[in-house]
Amino acid sequence: MKLKKNIPLIDQHDKYGFWGGKFGGSFIPETLKKPVEDLTIQFEKLRKDKKFIEKRDFYFKNYIGAPTSFIKLENLSNHLGGAQIWAKIVSEANGGAHKIYNATVHALICKAMGKKFIVGDTGAGYAGKMLSMAAKKFGLKCKIFMGAKDIQRQKPNCDAMRKNGAEIVPVYSGSQTLVDAVSECMRYWVSNCDNTHMCVGSTVGPNIFVKICGWSTSQISRELKIQLIEKFNTIPKKIKLVNCVGGGSSAYGFWSEFIDFEKKQIELIGVEAGGPKKSKLHAAPLSKGAKLGILHGAAAYCCQNNEGQINETESISAGLDYPSVSPIHCFLKDTKRARYTYATDEDALNAYKMVTNFENLNPSLEPCHAFAEAIKIAPELSKETLIIVNSCGDAQKDRDILKKRLRR
Amino acid sequence: MSISLINQSFNKAKEENRPALLTYTVAGDYTKKKSLEILKSISKYADICELGFPHNTPIADGGQIQTSAYRAIKNGIKINDVFSIVSKFKKIKKDKPIILMGYYNMIYQYNDEKFISKCKKSNVDGLIIVDLPYPENKNFAFKCKKKGINFIQLISPTTSKKRLKKIVKDSHDMIYYISMLSTTGGKLKVSPKNILKKYLEIKKLNKFKNVVIGFGITEKTINSLNKADGLVVGSRICSEISKSLKNRQNVVTNVTNVVKRLKNKII
Repeated sequence: MKLKKNIPLIDQHDKYGFWGGKFGGSFIPETLKKPVEDLTIQFEKLRKDKKFIEKRDFYFKNYIGAPTSFIKLENLSNHLGGAQIWAKIVSEANGGAHKIYNATVHALICKAMGKKFIVGDTGAGYAGKMLSMAAKKFGLKCKIFMGAKDIQRQKPNCDAMRKNGAEIVPVYSGSQTLVDAVSECMRYWVSNCDNTHMCVGSTVGPNIFVKICGWSTSQISRELKIQLIEKFNTIPKKIKLVNCVGGGSSAYGFWSEFIDFEKKQIELIGVEAGGPKKSKLHAAPLSKGAKLGILHGAAAYCCQNNEGQINETESISAGLDYPSVSPIHCFLKDTKRARYTYATDEDALNAYKMVTNFENLNPSLEPCHAFAEAIKIAPELSKETLIIVNSCGDAQKDRDILKKRLRR
Repeated sequence: MSISLINQSFNKAKEENRPALLTYTVAGDYTKKKSLEILKSISKYADICELGFPHNTPIADGGQIQTSAYRAIKNGIKINDVFSIVSKFKKIKKDKPIILMGYYNMIYQYNDEKFISKCKKSNVDGLIIVDLPYPENKNFAFKCKKKGINFIQLISPTTSKKRLKKIVKDSHDMIYYISMLSTTGGKLKVSPKNILKKYLEIKKLNKFKNVVIGFGITEKTINSLNKADGLVVGSRICSEISKSLKNRQNVVTNVTNVVKRLKNKII
């Protein structure tokens, strides 16, 4: 299994859609074969279409607010000693998280395909909120599938979705979280694929959805590359790009331009949700060695039992609370290009406390998993090393959880 | 070559000038023992019995079958129990075809070859895998064929003409036509006329393949499609199990009565 150079990772799959010969694919019911094939043809056409690219760039700039800023966290760096800690403040993007890139692109594709209805899944509520925003912007009718447990714990995002005119469909089956929301959303698409477009909220699902999402979020690393050169006149010699990984859409977007670099120069570190310290449950299939399995149309490492039943997961962060992970991260793991670890709920909360104490920044619980790792490794590293964290979400949605857990 | 039990069942129904009746129940619903009892009892009226091996993330199933699947898993059903239910059933009803149906991850975790061998050993006649579509399933289907197990291809209203031809060409004895864009258990939203139109399109490509129609089949709709080679009823049966449990009634009796009524509508 080997990575190729000069080809975007999203395109390094075989004719059946597998990365590294075994990750990804399209394990879908027959009914979805045609809509998935139509979408694949349309996407391949659009991404080569100059006008479409112009349109994308226009909305990325004028609607999403690209580029998001890239700043040094001076106080935190000084406090920890060792490496310099920097952050890409992706949460500045319209709506407060990276999910807006994928949502905007899906809305544009939906329009191009002449469909008027768009549906999507959501965990933390960001994917749903952004899709509802994009739907409103482009005049599409929008339905969002969300686990009943997540509706309760991410109320601010639900309010936003409703305000944007989207219908939230609560999902009561299974663990009532993201995994069930994705299943229910796919079921809805099976029944309505003739007039409805489906947006998968991360780099998961059947091959084409991994590709569209990765293509959309890669904006983050395109910006970062330019910003690095602006600041340092070159790409510095020692960089560590730290990103939280749930489905893995922000991590792929943050890394995509840097995958071809040597690991010695740019290390990629993915941080999964380790769950509560005292719990056996987690959402860290890569770093806790889960077996390869098939979930939601893709083969990937997946938390499951010996029989192939999908395990319940647990994490303070709804956005990372997913039993499987993107096939492209499985590929990056097995080719050893990226390193994956996890942070517990407690680690993330402590990181939140520290970051907000020292910096004028309010990262949501998802990127706090990445900050936890940055805080852990920074003191041991040289001053020349840059740790860059993707601060991919804003903590406004977490206010109820933070109030309860940190009394603030 | 000998005729498969599946084809024998279709032939028998054809002699009686009616479609074959296929039932779907979930193994282990509502207990291992009871699901075997249900199977034995309904097989008096059903020509072919589909038995689901339940998965907890079924992306193509509606509420009724999901409920049955979750109930079975909660009651501890394991894949080897499914095989033992089939073996026990086949000891009494060796001529009644059994088709296992489920999602690929469970087979993948069990190991493809091991799963197919175990099917053979337990006298499983056919396999339907919801999320292993054509052409990705070609290799798997070939392995089944070598062991004398029917791999059943699915066709849906969205299947293109070009694809249809290829699927029919590579299919085994039986083809499953999904009546409409829906998960299982949806209300029949397409007219029987339109369903039969697509059905005939499939038959025209190869009249020797037995084509069954499933999704949205109930006592109300079954008669309108009786020109088909076979008709599959699943959600209607699963919901009867749920209802009987809720009303504390005899599940086996109630479910058997439903299947009997369905059968009466097509003779």
